[in-house]
Amino acid sequence: MAVLVDKNTRLLVQGITGTSGAFHTRQAIAYGTNVVAGVVPGKGGTKFDDNVPIFDTVADAIQATGANASVVYVPPPFAADAIMECADNELALCVAITEGIPVLDMLRVKQFLAGHRTRLIGPNCPGIITPGQCKIGIMPGHIHKPGNVAVLSRSGTLTYEAVGQLTALGIGQSTCIGIGGDPIKGTDFIDALTLFAEDPDTHAIIMIGEIGGSAEEEAAAWIKANLKKPVIGFIAGLTAPPGRRMGHAGAIISGGKGTGQSKIAAFEENGIRVAPTPGDLASTLLKVWQPK
Amino acid sequence: MKIHEYQAKQLFAQYGVPVPEGYAAFSVPEAMAAADKLPGPVWVVKAQIHAGGRGLGGGVKVCKSKEEVRERSQQILGMMLKTHQTGPEGQLVRRLYIEGGADIKRELYLGMLLDRDVGKIVVMASTEGGMNIEDVAHNTPELISKVWIDPAVGVQAFQGRALAFKLGMTGKTVNAFVKTLNSLYELYMAKDCSLVEINPLVVQGDGSVIALDGKVNFDDNAMYRHPDIMAFRDLDEEDPREIEASKYDLNYVHLDGNVGCLVNGAGLAMATMDILKHYGSEPANFLDVGGGATAEKVTAAFKIILSDKRVHAIFVNIFGGIMKCDTIAEGVVTAAKEVGLDRPLVVRLEGTNVELGKQILRDSGLPILTGNDMKDGAQKAVEAAKQYAAAHA
Repeated sequence: MAVLVDKNTRLLVQGITGTSGAFHTRQAIAYGTNVVAGVVPGKGGTKFDDNVPIFDTVADAIQATGANASVVYVPPPFAADAIMECADNELALCVAITEGIPVLDMLRVKQFLAGHRTRLIGPNCPGIITPGQCKIGIMPGHIHKPGNVAVLSRSGTLTYEAVGQLTALGIGQSTCIGIGGDPIKGTDFIDALTLFAEDPDTHAIIMIGEIGGSAEEEAAAWIKANLKKPVIGFIAGLTAPPGRRMGHAGAIISGGKGTGQSKIAAFEENGIRVAPTPGDLASTLLKVWQPK
Repeated sequence: MKIHEYQAKQLFAQYGVPVPEGYAAFSVPEAMAAADKLPGPVWVVKAQIHAGGRGLGGGVKVCKSKEEVRERSQQILGMMLKTHQTGPEGQLVRRLYIEGGADIKRELYLGMLLDRDVGKIVVMASTEGGMNIEDVAHNTPELISKVWIDPAVGVQAFQGRALAFKLGMTGKTVNAFVKTLNSLYELYMAKDCSLVEINPLVVQGDGSVIALDGKVNFDDNAMYRHPDIMAFRDLDEEDPREIEASKYDLNYVHLDGNVGCLVNGAGLAMATMDILKHYGSEPANFLDVGGGATAEKVTAAFKIILSDKRVHAIFVNIFGGIMKCDTIAEGVVTAAKEVGLDRPLVVRLEGTNVELGKQILRDSGLPILTGNDMKDGAQKAVEAAKQYAAAHA
């Protein structure tokens, strides 16, 4: 089981010939992901690494290969267009890795997606991995191990930190999703938690948030009302000053809202234990849940 | 990105938002020339810095004569203007804006920004103009009216009217407000703004509206398509270390602590600051070297951190995914040799090519402390900073 991606995922890569697209496609193939196509306008008919067929359009790629998911490595000025092309073809899943897409572009994308069945993960995210089955994105595959803990995070490297700690203790992961650090994103915490709630392979969840917005507060209330599985949390950015953007476009405290303190309070009020430091993610989980 | 009030008002005028006549001045003679172009009988001398709260800090003065314009301009140009947003040392005033007066009947607030929770632009309007809007939102939220704009069709006249009537407007003021709101939204969308604010928006004796102040911020990610806006950038208003960092595509924010941080990934960089605080130190900076950093970028990052003399120790915390540990190690060693490593350095490496990275650090012959994991590294960095501070007190 696991969520969204598994052995049956047939991946197409938008922007497969760019520096990061090419690098991560090779990594994904080495991990065992079934990469069936690339899309690069103007390079249709050629092959990537003499192996993966490249098409001019997403429609051509789907028709020829039966791709059912896409990953976007297209540079920021063209990324919104790539995501919408994906949605226009009703692919089930689109994972946008690209960092630095203008907010107003994402405003239009979000609205466009509302009329289509495509689920977007990201942008500005590490991607999604079901260990041992399918890796879509830029996470280091070797730190993962198949198992029953889901990791859900706004941050890439903090996701790796959680995974690294779990694997070091011999605890595997069901699916890890980086939802991304931008203010407007496709899949939010509650969307992902809903999937994990229904996934029999997910027994416990580590949820990592950061300053900015109120998605963590909403997710905490949702968890208390709807989720029977153990969840522990962490919030990055307690020491960040208000009004300054901390790298991620979405990581900013503005108008007194989105502070780390309010998010931690929301977690605790809703019965979610919070790791005291980012070095305690796995050990905190073990206080509320033990692998069978 | 932020711009000055006078630049914001240029954009307002371009998009049809009414503004008082005014001219920027970089010197007292320029200020006098500006005053000569204005009819009087009052002139307003306004300090141009990026921080808010200029009036309370003494940076905005209403003058009754040109002689007074000269005196005030001499006073304000070159002053260290302190406001609630500048920090205790204040910000040097290098530019002035000389403006005509307005016939102020009412002072209102009008602002526009992204509401990330609903994924739409929200317009906020309030009768409490001239106040700090965050205070109004906190103390009397019922005095702020909001409408959300459907991105498919843009702001509609009925939305503008709804706000106008809530603000108590009547007669031709209603239509003037609706027109101003349309213009503001057009500007927001055309120039990839992240905040547009008029505080105060003034209703004049004749029923017209006019923007007495203006604040416009922009989405940094979209500036590649707005060279005209980039031309407004004023490097004097930015931290020199942050400017240097931006040349190398590094995300750097200067903070007040004494442990410098070099981290990959924004979330891990924030968490690294937090864990230093947890163990009793304050971070000197936020620094995300990003995923695709080269040894050259890491070297630049290292130099920027070391240029801050308040830094008593450096903590390099890397979980290499895309970022390979050997790349980080090479950059750190190169920089340390180039600039001279005069402060303690703790390095924690994990992830891709970790053994290779550790080997490079060992072979360098530099006195580098190793963190076995994030907690261990943070504790060592905090301890090293304390010892350094004690030894150099």
